[in-house]
Amino acid sequence: MQGSAAGLAYRGRTASIGFAHGPFVRVDVDTRDARVAGTLVEEALALRNAIDVASRQIADLAVIAGGEAAQILEFQVALLEDEDFLEEIFAAIGDGDAADVAWRSALDAQIADYDSAEDEYLKARSSDLADLRDRVINTLRGGEGEALTIPAGAVVCADDLPPSRFLEIDWTAGGGLALLRGSPTSHVAMLARARGIPMVVQLGAVPDVGATALLDGEGAILELDPGAEQVRLFEARRESHRKSRASARAILRRPTASWRGERIKLLINIQSVDDLAHADAQYADGIGLMRTEFLLGERGGVPDEETQFQAYDAVLRWAGQRPVTIRTFDAGGDKPVPGFTIDGEANPFLGVRGLRLCLARPDVFTVQLRALARAAVRGNLKVMFPMVTSADELEAGRKLFADIVQRLQAEGVAAMLPELGIMVEVPAAALAIATFKAAFFSIGSNDLAQYVLACDRSNGALAPLMDPLHPAVLELIARTADHGRRAGLSVSLCGDMASDPRCLPALLNCGLRELSVNASALAQIKQTIDRLSGGGGLG
Amino acid sequence: MVMSMLDKADGHIFSGNVRLVHAVGMHARPAVKLTKLAKKFQAQISVRVEGAPDWINAKSVAKIMAMRAAHGSTIEIKASGSDAEAAVAALVNLIATDFPDEAS
Repeated sequence: MQGSAAGLAYRGRTASIGFAHGPFVRVDVDTRDARVAGTLVEEALALRNAIDVASRQIADLAVIAGGEAAQILEFQVALLEDEDFLEEIFAAIGDGDAADVAWRSALDAQIADYDSAEDEYLKARSSDLADLRDRVINTLRGGEGEALTIPAGAVVCADDLPPSRFLEIDWTAGGGLALLRGSPTSHVAMLARARGIPMVVQLGAVPDVGATALLDGEGAILELDPGAEQVRLFEARRESHRKSRASARAILRRPTASWRGERIKLLINIQSVDDLAHADAQYADGIGLMRTEFLLGERGGVPDEETQFQAYDAVLRWAGQRPVTIRTFDAGGDKPVPGFTIDGEANPFLGVRGLRLCLARPDVFTVQLRALARAAVRGNLKVMFPMVTSADELEAGRKLFADIVQRLQAEGVAAMLPELGIMVEVPAAALAIATFKAAFFSIGSNDLAQYVLACDRSNGALAPLMDPLHPAVLELIARTADHGRRAGLSVSLCGDMASDPRCLPALLNCGLRELSVNASALAQIKQTIDRLSGGGGLG
Repeated sequence: MVMSMLDKADGHIFSGNVRLVHAVGMHARPAVKLTKLAKKFQAQISVRVEGAPDWINAKSVAKIMAMRAAHGSTIEIKASGSDAEAAVAALVNLIATDFPDEAS
């Protein structure tokens, strides 16, 4: 025991959104004593029996669980039926190892192997194997792997939780899952999202004490033995979440948004496939902006082609036929990336950033374009370049991209050149919009406003001047929309303005018919368009 | 994308090559499907990532996973036994069609 945990809060990573307030239950597997080994034959029989019991338990769970969960459990069953794999374990028993020792060392070797994998998906498999290891060992040690006794609505805390343990817990009364390690891409995370159970992973060290807990899946916060004020704030967050979900359900399920008889396309902005776990994402008409800079921050250095391809492909698979617009690395400005962006620029917002930086660093850009060219054959992909000033930059990017596609095809790799568009955020681009041979335009209103208004958007002292509804900003938006309409090219807006209901009337009046917003704003924006269309105010 | 060749070599060994198109490579679900299908045949079936030193038993899910076949790699399949030709064709088809659900 480590004394009181009252009021302490721990931050992790979101794996599943939602809120839980309930008893705090620490679950740690493998607490039974080691067993006493018998003869070689007894040990072999004991393991064979434990494997049969485990197979039956898992098969029963699969029937109850169905769908995704059943597939997850199938891998465990397949391992128990893998004669090559079992042969080595029985050989170890033949050499004198006790059944549980032989089983554990074989499984631990596999788990270590998976843990050391670079690939997130393979890493996530190690908890499936730990699950299988513990289930068989529990049987060998005399337990029948009985269901965990977890009070209803509990916040369950574990180091990591295997999928079959998750399925054994009765979640019908709600509850939540707080993991000290774990991963948002694990099987358990998929199960939690599918069931709407809040889940936070990678909490690090959390004390074993605590009687009650608050788990906020949105803010990725676990609070132990909360005080009255913490509970009040938590309940307020939960209530606002509930309300927005309720109105989302009502609004989002309606057919596509329209304004004065014209269809308004509502797309969403994301950073990674994890953002698509948001319950409202499914109602979007597509992905209007996938930022890729976040890939640069992970584990330092630029991710390799395969890692990038998988990140893009996962989003395309989610989207199906819907369009997915991926923006190439937009680093620099207020987004420095060590080893990539240029240090010591006097004015980074006016420096080597966005496409400028990518063209200056073909070593980095080539890897991204190769991954995108491969992803282009997998779905409805569009690619856009950020921070474009002149048509020559677009053409330089296009040439590089086309050469890469050709090289990939020569290598026998499936690849194609996707539709190419640009971000409209430099005033010069908006003013000379007709000079760009782009397939589509996306207005980055945050940067466009800061450049038109000559206001550093990170400087709080300029906040009153930093008005995106300034007529000069709206003028450039209207010009771009007008050009798109006359040329038959799509124009969308993906900056913060699109997610702000107060800006909507102006944007619609400028002629915009495509907006890309954060998934959490989708319902409110759709509702606002609906009201405006009906002649109502902003409400 | 499939480059499968079924040719009858000496000793009634059948072989084929196929590119792994599955987005994340040979992960749990594809590996389970592959081993399940392999077990439906009497034939001894081995696979390897093109050029790898060792052949792997296609009926062992642990070994298939340990192969770490990445997206885009070419899988070589060989089989011997009464239904070897059908086994190779079935596995090539499973991998080439990206492990459809109805194939398991």
